[in-house]
Amino acid sequence: MASLLLNVNGDQLEVTAPDHWTLLEVLRYRLGLTGSKQGCDKGDCGACTVQIDGEPQLACLALATLCEGRAITTIEGLMPAHLRAGGKGPDPLQDAFDRCGALQCGFCQPGMLLSAKALLERSPDPSRDEIRHALAGNLCRCTGYTQIFQAVELAAAEAQGRAPTPPAWHPDGNPWMPACSKAPAKGESR
Amino acid sequence: MDARLFEGPRERGITLMAARDQHGVGAPFGDRFQVVGRAERKVDGLAKATGQAVYTDDIQLPGMLHAKILRSPHAHARIRSIDTSKALALPGVHAVITGRDMPIKYGVIPWTPDENALALEKVRFIGDEVAAVAALDEDTANAALRLIEVDYEVLPAHFDPKDALAKPEVQIHETPEKPDRGNVSKHVRLEFGDVDQALEDADVVLEGHYRFHGSTHAPIEPHCAVAQVSPDGVLTLWSATQITHYVHRALARVLELKESRIRVIQPCLGGAFGGKSDPFALEFAVAKLAMVTGRPVKMLWTREEVFYAHRGRHPMQLHYRSGIRRDGKLTGVDAKILIDGGSYSSFGLVTTYYSGQLLTGPVHFPTYRFDSTRVFTNKPPCGPKRGHGSVQPRFAFEVQLDELAEAVALDPIELRRRNWQGEHTHTVNGQRITSNGFLGCLDEVERASGWRERRGKLPFGRGLGVAGSMYISGTNYAIYPNDMPQAGIQIKLDRSGLATVFTGGNDIGQGSNSVCRAIVAEELGLDPDDVRVVAADTDLCPVDLGAYSSRVTFMVGNATIDAARKLRRLVTGAVAKKWSVPENRIFMGRGEVFDLEDRSRAITSREAIQIAEALHDTLGATGSYNTPKLGGDYRGGTIGASPAYSFTAHVVEAEVDVETGRIHLHNCWVAHDCGRALNPMLVAGQMEGSAYMGLAEAVMEVHDINRFGLHAGPSLLDYRIPTSVDTPELHALIVESLDPEGPYGAKEAGEGPLHPALPAISNAVYDAVGVRLRELPFTPAAVLRALRAAGVGPKARAAQQPEGARR
Repeated sequence: MASLLLNVNGDQLEVTAPDHWTLLEVLRYRLGLTGSKQGCDKGDCGACTVQIDGEPQLACLALATLCEGRAITTIEGLMPAHLRAGGKGPDPLQDAFDRCGALQCGFCQPGMLLSAKALLERSPDPSRDEIRHALAGNLCRCTGYTQIFQAVELAAAEAQGRAPTPPAWHPDGNPWMPACSKAPAKGESR
Repeated sequence: MDARLFEGPRERGITLMAARDQHGVGAPFGDRFQVVGRAERKVDGLAKATGQAVYTDDIQLPGMLHAKILRSPHAHARIRSIDTSKALALPGVHAVITGRDMPIKYGVIPWTPDENALALEKVRFIGDEVAAVAALDEDTANAALRLIEVDYEVLPAHFDPKDALAKPEVQIHETPEKPDRGNVSKHVRLEFGDVDQALEDADVVLEGHYRFHGSTHAPIEPHCAVAQVSPDGVLTLWSATQITHYVHRALARVLELKESRIRVIQPCLGGAFGGKSDPFALEFAVAKLAMVTGRPVKMLWTREEVFYAHRGRHPMQLHYRSGIRRDGKLTGVDAKILIDGGSYSSFGLVTTYYSGQLLTGPVHFPTYRFDSTRVFTNKPPCGPKRGHGSVQPRFAFEVQLDELAEAVALDPIELRRRNWQGEHTHTVNGQRITSNGFLGCLDEVERASGWRERRGKLPFGRGLGVAGSMYISGTNYAIYPNDMPQAGIQIKLDRSGLATVFTGGNDIGQGSNSVCRAIVAEELGLDPDDVRVVAADTDLCPVDLGAYSSRVTFMVGNATIDAARKLRRLVTGAVAKKWSVPENRIFMGRGEVFDLEDRSRAITSREAIQIAEALHDTLGATGSYNTPKLGGDYRGGTIGASPAYSFTAHVVEAEVDVETGRIHLHNCWVAHDCGRALNPMLVAGQMEGSAYMGLAEAVMEVHDINRFGLHAGPSLLDYRIPTSVDTPELHALIVESLDPEGPYGAKEAGEGPLHPALPAISNAVYDAVGVRLRELPFTPAAVLRALRAAGVGPKARAAQQPEGARR
């Protein structure tokens, strides 16, 4: 058993867990943060992706003890952070996923979203190809990825003050449905 | 076996649907839809995006034990004895169970109950479940598994269906009552018209052998179940299942409990694709362990175990012989299919029928024979995967159609147009076709892909291929015979202004709960935010047969309209009475209720509901859907009968690297006739996801079992599902044909759009390099072999490249 001090979504948390437990096990079974999913438990699927010091990392391959002193962001952390920054509703990227139909079963999406979020932080207006490569570590079995790409593009465009062209299947006169999230009132939206 | 000449349906007249189940294709009131047809958010989208959605493995109950399952290391063996004493003695272990604790056999199809929750006498594949342990944690449970001693008598095993047929003396399921059965799981032979004569009358007859490898679902969420028994003996099971109702029935049978003492709940589900349709060992095991220990028990399967659970697409060897006249009209099709079923029946009876029954559209052929045999082998059991039983024959037939088009010098799209069956007609095997938007699908993919300008004219190595298909929107065949509705709905409406919909339908990510909400909002003129959906809980919700055979939108949708219209009449009637005007003057829409002839007289929906609650007391309504009596008039004629069929066409643009054999997919245009897109965003998502899954199993995925019966790579690294980089650009083209019996004209969109992907790739490869690929999967090694055999290599490319265009 190890006693750990972890920084998760801005909270300093003290937990006790077996030495061999991964960050994913500690998040899910000790901290009750079940938003991070286990799809394979061996680094193949990406469903457990969290951000460690801003980088997307696989929580199922990260030993919990090695994560002490590092800033961990899970899917549960995005909306509160957005609200703390003065925004409204969920993080605009989460909202864009919902507005684009990117969430079918939703099981891969917490990981997918954190990878996409990290992408937008380092490249605010990515090309379709950049998005493809940034999300290549997150397997999705439902969507064929298209609506996920559209969600990332929508979030990126709106953050730049643009409105992307809706896909061909969108009914006439009904462009993207309105956002329920609002960027922080002052300063940069991201 | 079931050979019977079919006499033709028109003589018997077209069966009409019960009036209560037809609700019209238009807007329920007013001249346009308010909610339907819009790209609405999903009911659970933001919960999933923020990590709040609760999936089965997210459930933690006080005092919960963790269970693991012991699996067979042998492909075929008799169990002489099992000693669990050492495992039970391990500290932290609370219970160990074996097959003897649950000896009653079950099967999802009631006619073929050949599975035990845990193996009783025999194990039949590597990974078959033998015993289960409940312990304080997973580590302890795993340690206990290693202490269980099983004495096996290893038996010879079959890994090839032909061997299994040739050597019936090694019998996987012993059937002393039917000594001749050998390893045949199911045999179906049906003939419609005189095929032999029709092939003789044809100008060209083509014959070909096609092979479909196996593939599996690979949902990102592994199977998981949690059970708890209340002090008064009510068993609650939370399970990652796509059919709560069948799990409910199977638990009652195997555990010998009354159905009324069992509650099954499907939490949020992380993908299924058919792979969570059967009742599974873990569901029985956690239930039994909870009963034995008096504590909640959870079992989560590892990714490796999910590959053993399988129930994926059946490998098939298919032989097709088709005749065509010079004018491009098909004369007949003769098919012989060998199906590798793996070790248990699962849905195999239906699979065997579907392998023949679902081919008879959108292209018409006047005579047809199929002879399908499903065989047991000592491999993980196959079952229904998206496009159950019909993706394999569709692959073979659509490739053969491309060959036939070439033989009579017709454009492949034109060939399909010329043989289109039409709408409001019957298929050769007696299935009723209502709406049929296949021509619209062909037009769309032809236009969007630039077919006329580009096919046959792209540089060597790059080509376009087309294929079409048809699929059911639900099935008449209700697995267990009964006269009750296939879908039931309850709606509660109260003074708060909130409508709560209770549906037994399983939302597995496809968005069925969102469809329910949209329909109720449309019918009651409510803001969609004022409609909530409670689903897939057998205690709370009326029975629904679950998420399979693409039935949910069609059947649950119709039942929801049925219930909502009853409620709407209660509300409009009450307001009309209060205002002393005729009921037809009361309009409900956009959260308001008003007098059509006096727009100043308007109240909110909430106020109108309060008027109705005061007049009628507590408000509620039920709705139902049942299929009309359909199907061919012969044994098996109802299998494949559906109240409506969807139609799809794909054009795939592929590039073949003749040096490596690798196929690069650039574009896939998917045109799908979904009747009416109730939510085009969800329809497009289903179309894109289907196309992705079909393309994936053609070029990347191999569910392979090695010569020892061991899975060749039970992980997502070895079983390669496409990443975002591997997936081509997918273009969803929605075609609406407005089906007369669908909810507002809607049909399915979740499975049909998968089918044409695989043959369209083969046909595109032919356009690219002139080589026919008739055997899946199209791995680089296999493609390279085919290219070499045809003498196509880098030199051919060099020779042909300067010409720019071919043909």
